[in-house]
Amino acid sequence: MSTLFINGKEYEYTDEPNLLEVIRKAGIDVPTFCYSPELKPFGSCRMCVVEVEYPNGRVVVNSSCTMPPEPNVKVSTNTARVRRIRKTVLELLLANHDRECTTCDKSGQCDLQRYAEEYGIKEIKYAKLTEEDMKAIDDWNPSLKRDPNKCILCGACVRACQEFQGHAVLGFANRGSKTVVQPMNGKLLAEVDCVFCGQCQAVCPTGALTVKSNVEDAWDAVNDKSKKTVVQIAPSVRVAIGEMFGLKPGENTIGKIYAALRKIGFDLIFDTNFSADLTITEEATEFVERLTKGGLLPMFTSCCPAWVRYMETQHPDMLGHLSTCKSPQGMLSPVIKELLPKYHEGYTKENITVVSIMPCTAKKYEARRSQLRRDGKFETDIVMTTKELGRMIKEAGIDFKNLEPEHADSPFGEYTGAGTIFGASGGVAEAAARTAYYYVTGENIADADIKQMRGVDKSTRSKSVELDIKGTKVVVRVVSTLKEAEKAIQEIKNGTANFQLLEVMACPGGCVNGGGQPASCKDAKIKEERAEGLYTEDRELPIRRSHENPDIIRLYKEDLEKPGSHKAHELLHTTYSDMYTGSYKDLK
Amino acid sequence: MTTLSVNIQDEQKKAQENINAQGLRVLVCSGTGCIANGSLKVIEKFRELGANVSTLTAHDKMTIVPTGCHGFCEQGVLVLIPELDVTYVKVHVEDVEEIFDEHIVGGKPVERLLYVDPKTNEHVKKSEDINFYAKQTRTALANCGHINAESIDEAIAVHGYEALANVLKENNPDAVIQEVLDSGLKGRGGAGFPTGLKWKFTAANKGGKSYVVCNGDEGDPGAFMDRSVMEGDPHKLLEGMAIAAFAIGADEGYIYVRAEYPLAIKRLRKAIKDAEERNYLGKNILGTDFSFDLHIKEGAGAFVCGEESALLASIEGERGMPRPKPPFPANKGLFERPTLINNVETLANIPVILLKGAKWFASMGTESAKGTKTFALTGEVNNTGLIEVPMGTTLRKIVFDIGGGIRNGKKFKAVQIGGPSGGCLTEEHLDLPMDYDSLAKAGAMVGSGGLVVMNEDTCIVEVARFFMNFTQNESCGKCTPCREGTKNMLKILEKIVHGQGTMEDLDKLEELAVAVKDGSLCGLGKTAPNPVLSTLKYFRDEYIAHIKDKKCPAGVCAAMKTFTIKEDECKGCTKCARTCPVGAISGTVKNPHKIDQSKCIKCGSCMSACPFKAIKQS
Repeated sequence: MSTLFINGKEYEYTDEPNLLEVIRKAGIDVPTFCYSPELKPFGSCRMCVVEVEYPNGRVVVNSSCTMPPEPNVKVSTNTARVRRIRKTVLELLLANHDRECTTCDKSGQCDLQRYAEEYGIKEIKYAKLTEEDMKAIDDWNPSLKRDPNKCILCGACVRACQEFQGHAVLGFANRGSKTVVQPMNGKLLAEVDCVFCGQCQAVCPTGALTVKSNVEDAWDAVNDKSKKTVVQIAPSVRVAIGEMFGLKPGENTIGKIYAALRKIGFDLIFDTNFSADLTITEEATEFVERLTKGGLLPMFTSCCPAWVRYMETQHPDMLGHLSTCKSPQGMLSPVIKELLPKYHEGYTKENITVVSIMPCTAKKYEARRSQLRRDGKFETDIVMTTKELGRMIKEAGIDFKNLEPEHADSPFGEYTGAGTIFGASGGVAEAAARTAYYYVTGENIADADIKQMRGVDKSTRSKSVELDIKGTKVVVRVVSTLKEAEKAIQEIKNGTANFQLLEVMACPGGCVNGGGQPASCKDAKIKEERAEGLYTEDRELPIRRSHENPDIIRLYKEDLEKPGSHKAHELLHTTYSDMYTGSYKDLK
Repeated sequence: MTTLSVNIQDEQKKAQENINAQGLRVLVCSGTGCIANGSLKVIEKFRELGANVSTLTAHDKMTIVPTGCHGFCEQGVLVLIPELDVTYVKVHVEDVEEIFDEHIVGGKPVERLLYVDPKTNEHVKKSEDINFYAKQTRTALANCGHINAESIDEAIAVHGYEALANVLKENNPDAVIQEVLDSGLKGRGGAGFPTGLKWKFTAANKGGKSYVVCNGDEGDPGAFMDRSVMEGDPHKLLEGMAIAAFAIGADEGYIYVRAEYPLAIKRLRKAIKDAEERNYLGKNILGTDFSFDLHIKEGAGAFVCGEESALLASIEGERGMPRPKPPFPANKGLFERPTLINNVETLANIPVILLKGAKWFASMGTESAKGTKTFALTGEVNNTGLIEVPMGTTLRKIVFDIGGGIRNGKKFKAVQIGGPSGGCLTEEHLDLPMDYDSLAKAGAMVGSGGLVVMNEDTCIVEVARFFMNFTQNESCGKCTPCREGTKNMLKILEKIVHGQGTMEDLDKLEELAVAVKDGSLCGLGKTAPNPVLSTLKYFRDEYIAHIKDKKCPAGVCAAMKTFTIKEDECKGCTKCARTCPVGAISGTVKNPHKIDQSKCIKCGSCMSACPFKAIKQS
């Protein structure tokens, strides 16, 4: 433990990675655009500059996000010199920015807007962006919108893509004031191997990268009396949406979400947790079959659409490893359209519109996969992210915080603890293990908590867990981020892989930290609290194993015979295609 | 003491014997500049003539030696015949026969191909008598132009690898570092950080893998000292790097050379191969435990890659963008390993320091700056080229003695020193000693040693605009102050030279300059405002003249010119109206014409077209 001085007061510090964290711990906020605790410090925006006086009298001005704390230095965070730099940086960025704030997707959550207000910028002194300077907006994909005119070139997206996904979809191009961030050769996101995880958008401090909104589509469907709107909510939405209404991260608000959706006017409300249970029964069945009958191993989970697209674009030769199970979203939509009319009067395959609420931007892309069509129509009609639902609730004027909790509808509303933990990295594998154990041994696993699979922080992005299924040893590898997934793939390719099941979630920590969630990049603890919310619900639910879900048992009894049946395959399984276009990774 | 597998003195003797056997040596400069002037043809012609004649004065044969750059590029092609005490300048292939017949065979110098002193108008025969050379002190460039750059024997004959052999024999890396520290050598690439200290810091991280990297990404406009060393004496650089590697405990190194230096790359590659064959590089050098593998990395031409952390990123295959410091390369550099990174000229000084001793080196220069420094002298001086002088030499000596004064009898106005990161110095600085501290105090920097001399016809605002344009184009775009700040500084300067500047613009320019200097991430941004700040300091009146009087005192800025037709001199021939590209001139035949100032683009075509000189510029 050492000490240093911040604005004249002495503070202790221990293992903080940089001066900025020490300053923040002291309760002083230093502005920054490019710093994110999960990413390598870059030092590009120059907003977090501070004056540091060393014991030998030397004074430097440097970015606090890139400086290691050193004992006895005197740090000043608000001298005239650093304030002038910050103000000039803001003025320069604003001059070069499309300042149509009111119509910007990021309005109200934009760091540039916030600092401009906080620093009292009232005048744009420098040469302003003109019509001719405006660059084309890229929204030619279902998930993300890239507006270069809002980009401040902090490089957070570039680093997120590289450091999380080991991918380089976005990069810097050109020099000087012509520098831009863009996909290779200025292509569209849809033209390159972007997996649409949306992490770039999650770390973007401005409106340069945003989620493509489907809020209007959802309103149109709700207001269209000829349509029956059926909505499903993914596991991790319930522990994050409250943050948009002043609730704590991790607080389970599922009852309030059901109530809000009903108030908005959705006709029936189901829960994707239910189909997470369904996914487990199918996936565990598939895994046990591969394990016992000599199928292709290791088997890869297939719930994460970003991961699926990564496999299709980067490793099409290994698609056989992917479980053929659709994701929970992908399973519930056709189940609703095909089977719901049996249970509810007035509902037909044709008049149902399925809306899903996801923590994920890639789910929008998944819903448009050609394999997920039925009778010429998409099985999932509209996908909204957590953030979009939050906005819809606000627009509807609903006092979310004070809503009385309600329940989901029958017959696809019941779920188990296994379904709910799908939202955190390791949750799918844990849920699958609980059911696979039962399928192999006919008994339930003694302890439902397989804690070695849990953990969503930076240090637990890759976990290896050995399970003993009554003498049969199974090694499960749990990874989050595609960078870690790629390492696992390389192990398979070079013959050193020792695992039989690989769970992959593309976002760091899993869906709780998904690209569609409210911003969680500034505080690494948020995703941990959300995950804790899911594990708490799991602990508290009466049923914690997917195969014991009464709605699932009934579904198989009445409609799908048994897990892995022909009927189940017809509705719940899918295929993958080779989408290799010559990866830039081949470039030497 | 370690026993070496080779006795370097024996090697030198052998090499010298080989050179002696060459007969009459005719040194023809084949640096990039002279090659452009046709030196390859000159060499070919000499060889052709030499092959057919067997009796020469005093020798029975002659050898044509293609050398590296002599520095006096504007006088190329340069041909030196040391034994005949003669230097020929501006030699064309047509002149070769005459030199051969008259002088080499006939013994009579060819007067018309000798250098003419611009002050005395006299022919100078020996290069030592040419002021340009006479007033220099060459250490880093000592061999450039005097040896065959592609022959390791010639390098060895002039003490090449002797320092390395001594160092390996002594086997005391710390003593090497101490010698470099004692010499007072500072980094010649720009920042002027004490070289020995850098070595010491890197050596402190000895143990694992370390690297030595040579920064040969010379990018300042007009600077070519590093290229000259790489092209003219590549073994000196390799030796310097090997000594550095030995001192800090590295076993691998990179020379980062810009791809625009193909000749340097070719000669370095050959030099590395030859040195490896003779075991001065590679595994177990000269039979010791010390190994050093050297690679060449070609840069893609980004100026910013001369910044050390961007250079390292580039070697790693990343986009050449500077990385924040700390960590410094000495702790975490190339591939996150301790890395010593020095520029070409710095490393080229190492062998001679170890050979002649730190004391000898420190005896040159000033209290705070030791040794010699190369400068690329360009602009409006009589003698332009590459020079090397002791640190602390005055600007006056460089411009007026070595440079031979201002061309065409014009008046000296300023020098821009240190390239786009440097500043402008004026007449009042002519007696300033050229060293790191004095220049920094005056608002300039030694930098890599670019020295552009300007006369009274140079518009200082335009000079500032030129350099700002350069840094803006070469900014990597990473940090906001440099990317956006230099863009706006450039815009303001453009406004001023176009006659649209306001006094508020001047305030904004200064404000931005300070913020960019203070706030930028790397050295490029931190020094980019220097040309503006120094010119504002010394030539503020000239800025104000552009803004308030809408006048360019040097008469350079086109937008400030006004063209008018003198009514009484105009004959109404209509030629000007027909020449004007924008139709700004109106008038009828045989009547005086008029220029519409709002349409005029100040191209001056009308003035040159007028047969009656009726159009005036003011």
